[in-house]
Amino acid sequence: MSMILSSTGFAQSMTKTDPFLFPPFAAAAPASAKDRALGANKSGPIKIFKHDPTRFDVTSCGSGQVRIVPGSTRSITRPFSVSIAAWSSSVRIGQLNYRVGSNSSIQDLIRLTYLQKRATVEKLMARFAADAPTRGGFSFDLCQRNEMLLKKGNQLPTFRKTGTTIVGLVFEDGVILGADTRATEGPIVADKNCEKIHYMAPNIYCCGAGTAADTEAVTDMVSSQLQLHRYATGRESRVITALTLLKSHLFSYQGYVSAALVLGGVDITGPHLHTVYPHGSTDTLPFATMGSGSLAAMAVFESKFREGLTRDEGIKLVSEAICSGIFNDLGSGSNVDVCVITRGQTEYLRNHQLPNPRTYVSSRGYNFLKGHTEVLSTKITPLKSKVEAAAEVDAMEE
Amino acid sequence: MALRGNWMYENNGGTCVAIAGADYCVIAADTRLSVGYSIYTRDYSKICKLADKCVMASSGFQGDLKALQKNLAAKHLIYQHQHNKQMSCPAMAQLLSNTLYYKRFFPYFTFNILGGLDSDGKGCVFTYDAVGSYERVGYSAQGTGAGLIIPVLDNQLKSPSPLLLPAKDAVTPLLEMEAVDLVKDVFASATERDIYTGDKVEILVINASGIRQELMELRKD
Repeated sequence: MSMILSSTGFAQSMTKTDPFLFPPFAAAAPASAKDRALGANKSGPIKIFKHDPTRFDVTSCGSGQVRIVPGSTRSITRPFSVSIAAWSSSVRIGQLNYRVGSNSSIQDLIRLTYLQKRATVEKLMARFAADAPTRGGFSFDLCQRNEMLLKKGNQLPTFRKTGTTIVGLVFEDGVILGADTRATEGPIVADKNCEKIHYMAPNIYCCGAGTAADTEAVTDMVSSQLQLHRYATGRESRVITALTLLKSHLFSYQGYVSAALVLGGVDITGPHLHTVYPHGSTDTLPFATMGSGSLAAMAVFESKFREGLTRDEGIKLVSEAICSGIFNDLGSGSNVDVCVITRGQTEYLRNHQLPNPRTYVSSRGYNFLKGHTEVLSTKITPLKSKVEAAAEVDAMEE
Repeated sequence: MALRGNWMYENNGGTCVAIAGADYCVIAADTRLSVGYSIYTRDYSKICKLADKCVMASSGFQGDLKALQKNLAAKHLIYQHQHNKQMSCPAMAQLLSNTLYYKRFFPYFTFNILGGLDSDGKGCVFTYDAVGSYERVGYSAQGTGAGLIIPVLDNQLKSPSPLLLPAKDAVTPLLEMEAVDLVKDVFASATERDIYTGDKVEILVINASGIRQELMELRKD
């Protein structure tokens, strides 16, 4: 049997920390091997030694090194080597028998050995894993792999962020929330008219900025929890309940749930307006803005806000603040959504303002002439044969 | 263009488009100058008239664009003194390519389109990358909205595979009015989906009688 050291190409994908390759309880390979020497594969770092097949041994496999002592007196140590290939002429993994012949490439043999080792290790590990209790929350097991991929040049898939302007203010009868309607994926607008004001309870609404999936998920989850709480207590939900649920959830995820929220509502204790940050901190304010357009909107609020606004004044101010974000911030745009919450009544004014109509529509229209799209190949599959197969099934059932 | 760590350059966004016709050339660029998520100004011209029948539009880093425009204007002036005539569009195209490649190892961060009429009076459009590789084409788009615009222009202007139909001429058979209409519509569409494109679009039409300019409003959000 020939003894093959690793090809560097394959070793790259199995690093020192690979548990299948370098398990803490590595066993030495059995010494009886009667295979023929491998054919000439003279590529680069692979060396082939022909020697007495009965006299080779693996000395250690646990520290990232494989020392191979062939029948001859030469021994070679290589860091990060793959283990010995082909202890026997056929390898049995599960139900399958992989046969190694003289035409096998080195890669085949290396892979077979890897598979065999892996099958053994998996069986052993399964016994240990079965005892571990299941845990909820995020599992950070793949972080190391992700880092390795990043170093290799792979890019992580991007999230869709909303790049937003959201605002809230307290007026004489309650709370008014406002939001723009643009969702961006980097520099591209993914949704021109999305909804950023989320329902929490009949008297509580929440605007969300940050990663769209996070704001949706977190508000849906807290909304469900509030409803269950309402059934349990038989009372209207309070804004601070929603606030506490949100902040404790976000804090426990240490800022990884990227949701920046403006929570507002009116309950038995009065009107409330809060902001919630992704790390879990909160503020209670008479007027608040969040998102990439928050500075533009806050500029409007700081100059025009006063206590005790009427409903119409409040709606006008909120719309102005959102418009300021829409026109001055590139991450916000399209339309203005407004939500007015008062004691006993909520009005959701979807698309309260549409200040951005499309400026030009071609009167010519577009022709898509036949022949403009090249057809490279055509394949027609008659369906008749499928009908026959169905008839056969029926016959068997009878 | 992610140049976040790159203090020497800045991407000011924007889109330019040019279409060549049988006896005219349309060049257009939006007028928004932005950085990050903010707008610097809504009224910035990215188009520069280099010669009588030769106009350049660029998107990218406007600081480099200003320097490039001055550079070309100076070289053009010298040419006029030496040859007693204006530079033709293909000659200016070569000059621009050489100027860009001269700074191969500290490039002008500009994505240029040159448009005009060649010596026969036919429309010509030359499209460039940042370091001077150029090609004469029938139409082109550069900038942040280019990815949204080029597929539409390909569909409307490009001849399909010569295997199916005989190849069309590089210049489009569209009339001048139709080409301007297409450019306006294509900009309005790009504005809907690209945050860096908007405010206004400046459209220049170059034909035998001179250069005509038009300004169209776009979405300001």
